[in-house]
Amino acid sequence: MAHAATHDHHDEHHGAPSNFFTRWFMSTNHKDIGTLYLIFSLTAFFVGGSFAMVIRAELFKPGMQLVQPYFFNEMTTMHALVMIFGAIMPAFVGLGNWMIPLMIGAPDMALPRMNNLSFWILPFAFALMLSTLFMHGGGPAGGWTMYPPLSLQSDSLAYVVFAIHLMGISSIMGAINIIATILNMRAPGMDLLKMPVFVWSWLITAFLLIAVMPVLAGAVTMLLTDKYFGTSFFNAAGGGDPVLYQHVFWFFGHPEVYIMILPAFGIISEVIPTFSRKPIFGYKAMVFAIASIAFLSFIVWAHHMFAVGLPLGAEIFFMYATMLIAVPTGVKVFNWVSTMWGGSLTFETPMLFAIAFVILFTIGGFSGLMLALVPADFQYHDTYFVVAHFHYVLVTGAAFAIMSGTYYWLPKWCGHMYSEFWGKMHFWNSVVWVNVLFFPQHFLGLAGMPRRIPDYNVAFANFNMISSIGGFLFGASQLIFLGVIIHAVFFSKKKAPDRVWEGARGLEWTVPSPAPHHTFALPPVIHDDELAHGHVED
Amino acid sequence: MTSGGIRIKAWAAAACALFSSAVWANPQPGQLNMTRGVSEWSPEPYFLNNVALGVCVVIGVLVFGAMFIAMFRFRKSRGAVAEKWSHNTMLEVVWTTIPVIILIVLAWMATGGLVSFADTTGSQMTVKVTGYQWKWRYDYVDYQGKAIDKVGFMSKLDEQSNDTRQLRSGLDPHAVKVGDENTYLLNVDKPLVVPVDTKIRFVITAGDVIHSWWVPALGWKIDAIPGIVNAAWTNIKVPGTYRGQCAELCGQDHGFMPIVVKAVSKAEFAQWLAQQEAAGKAPPATPATPASPAPASTAAAPATAQAAPVATTSGKRG
Repeated sequence: MAHAATHDHHDEHHGAPSNFFTRWFMSTNHKDIGTLYLIFSLTAFFVGGSFAMVIRAELFKPGMQLVQPYFFNEMTTMHALVMIFGAIMPAFVGLGNWMIPLMIGAPDMALPRMNNLSFWILPFAFALMLSTLFMHGGGPAGGWTMYPPLSLQSDSLAYVVFAIHLMGISSIMGAINIIATILNMRAPGMDLLKMPVFVWSWLITAFLLIAVMPVLAGAVTMLLTDKYFGTSFFNAAGGGDPVLYQHVFWFFGHPEVYIMILPAFGIISEVIPTFSRKPIFGYKAMVFAIASIAFLSFIVWAHHMFAVGLPLGAEIFFMYATMLIAVPTGVKVFNWVSTMWGGSLTFETPMLFAIAFVILFTIGGFSGLMLALVPADFQYHDTYFVVAHFHYVLVTGAAFAIMSGTYYWLPKWCGHMYSEFWGKMHFWNSVVWVNVLFFPQHFLGLAGMPRRIPDYNVAFANFNMISSIGGFLFGASQLIFLGVIIHAVFFSKKKAPDRVWEGARGLEWTVPSPAPHHTFALPPVIHDDELAHGHVED
Repeated sequence: MTSGGIRIKAWAAAACALFSSAVWANPQPGQLNMTRGVSEWSPEPYFLNNVALGVCVVIGVLVFGAMFIAMFRFRKSRGAVAEKWSHNTMLEVVWTTIPVIILIVLAWMATGGLVSFADTTGSQMTVKVTGYQWKWRYDYVDYQGKAIDKVGFMSKLDEQSNDTRQLRSGLDPHAVKVGDENTYLLNVDKPLVVPVDTKIRFVITAGDVIHSWWVPALGWKIDAIPGIVNAAWTNIKVPGTYRGQCAELCGQDHGFMPIVVKAVSKAEFAQWLAQQEAAGKAPPATPATPASPAPASTAAAPATAQAAPVATTSGKRG
């Protein structure tokens, strides 16, 4: 009995605080903070999505029907900023927060209080940024890239700059935390080359974040001083150079693109082996490919600027460097396919999203390769072809991976199974409509429709209408996602076992479902054959 | 919304366009591929686009094919038992090497196109293009070795498109036509007139914010940046009217500053140029007089002032 009493006391002491405010606002627990990140990200996903609905509604047919051109530009700008900084990035940080300590056998993140701070900065940053939409003069409308001199014409520049500073601080703190956790808190026996690929992908991503977020902060600060303090960094009349901004911005911007895809690679590298019941093919090659993509991301920035009039040598260098990325990316795709080959496959919702990811992300990679060819890019640049390309890599890439990861780990988080039927409904609706939405945009771009325009010639009418219909239905499909999550968390009666998926390997599946408030207070004993990728000696 | 019949015809025409290509220089309803264009250089991007697309389709068929085979052959429901291997050095070397070879071939092709694009020497005509919020200015600098005096004008969205594009104007974009061609948002009050079979060098800059000068039929776009002069060239082979748009977000009316290039025979052009020069010399200001451009921008003056000397000396910005 004495033992039982001790045990009870133990639980009470280590359980989640019962006070709502204490638990959620003052939390230092990686799981609760992970949950906060994920809820924040889902909210931003719907806010950013609603902006996209405005865009697609205005583009439904030629002629201006709904909004003024300036408001349209605010929508395109805000859609990008909210989706990138509010939906995709926090979702990955949330998944990292939740899963990295569980995957490496750590009791929590290395810097729990900073973890709390890095999350709670975000709602304020976004309140600051979104508030500009309600201000006299409107929000930012110069595109998320904020190229001067156009961005300097905006009255809300200072708000956006400060919001970006806050988001950057949050991201850097999150990244430091993840690096500190992975390098210091692994359970004994969890060697670096035994870590799950998801942990590897986050480790590398975190270094990218620390390297480039300060660059963005510098670039936008120069915008601020150009506008309010009379400097001329980007003002040609004062000896500055508008193109300088683009170099600095894309030195941030291209690694940023990989910040949004590398953790997705990690998730897919967890999901595919699980549902193939076979270790990941070429574990070391996968890790090395992620590292090489990360390295290459620093030397390809000017491929976003092929039309600014770079010297010939620069265009050739950036073209070759960009094309090189196809090699490690190809290795990853081939390895995922090989992982499936010879496996024992089942097709639960996470696997469906992962398979769709591999195919559709690869299509986005193909158009990326086409865009790398400079002479062709002189035609593609700033058209809907580019819009189609980056939505394939960001929506069917990053967002699908996040959805895959959500379905994969949701039972571990909440202790209940989600509805497989509605999960599949969500998947099939998403995968069909997202292609109806974005595939025709390739044609629009090739035919000559520039991006970021609120109205167009009637030659573009057919595909725009198809795209808009796909957009509305893809948007509506995401309500199913919301429904599945709410059902699983609050209403599902089906208890999840500890090892939720038959083929799942790794430490996160050795703890109960739902994962208790504190896990791995004592470091677990690592058995190599229980790790996700089996033996890696060969 | 006006007539479904025309739409269907247009689709059919576009289906032809996909395979016979060269005919369509301006955007067509249902157009699926890039235009081949009408200039000496414009087949480069078109060709590269088609080759790259072909390569991607082949790789896609192989990779996705393997994936679908795996999905059918190795289903647990068909009794598939997972194998244990997770490594195959030979295979990994092969699928690293083959893409490298493909990329080298593509890079070699693209480099050729790029080098020929970068060579603006030997031009027989120079036109200065200046982007403003939200119109273009064209100044004719020289033609066949002779400086052109005071031929320049603003070119902005035509009035019919402009009326139609106002929010809830109630006007039908399908009704904006020149002849049979719908020109909604793709027509201007005064097009850029140029001769065919002439290597024309464009020097491109902007007066306020960054714009981008793009006519798909010419095969390229290049940014118009205040304080910087970019150079590009074209040599149009087929007379006709070619339409394009500003391709760099430049503010609220970014979608409403089209570009129209009218390529005419050399004789017609000489006649047109003489008319313009005569009009420019007439004392009272006509629209052709290069009066200092109106748009309110402090950057405009130094930008254009800088542009002039650079324009006559070097091509690419340094």
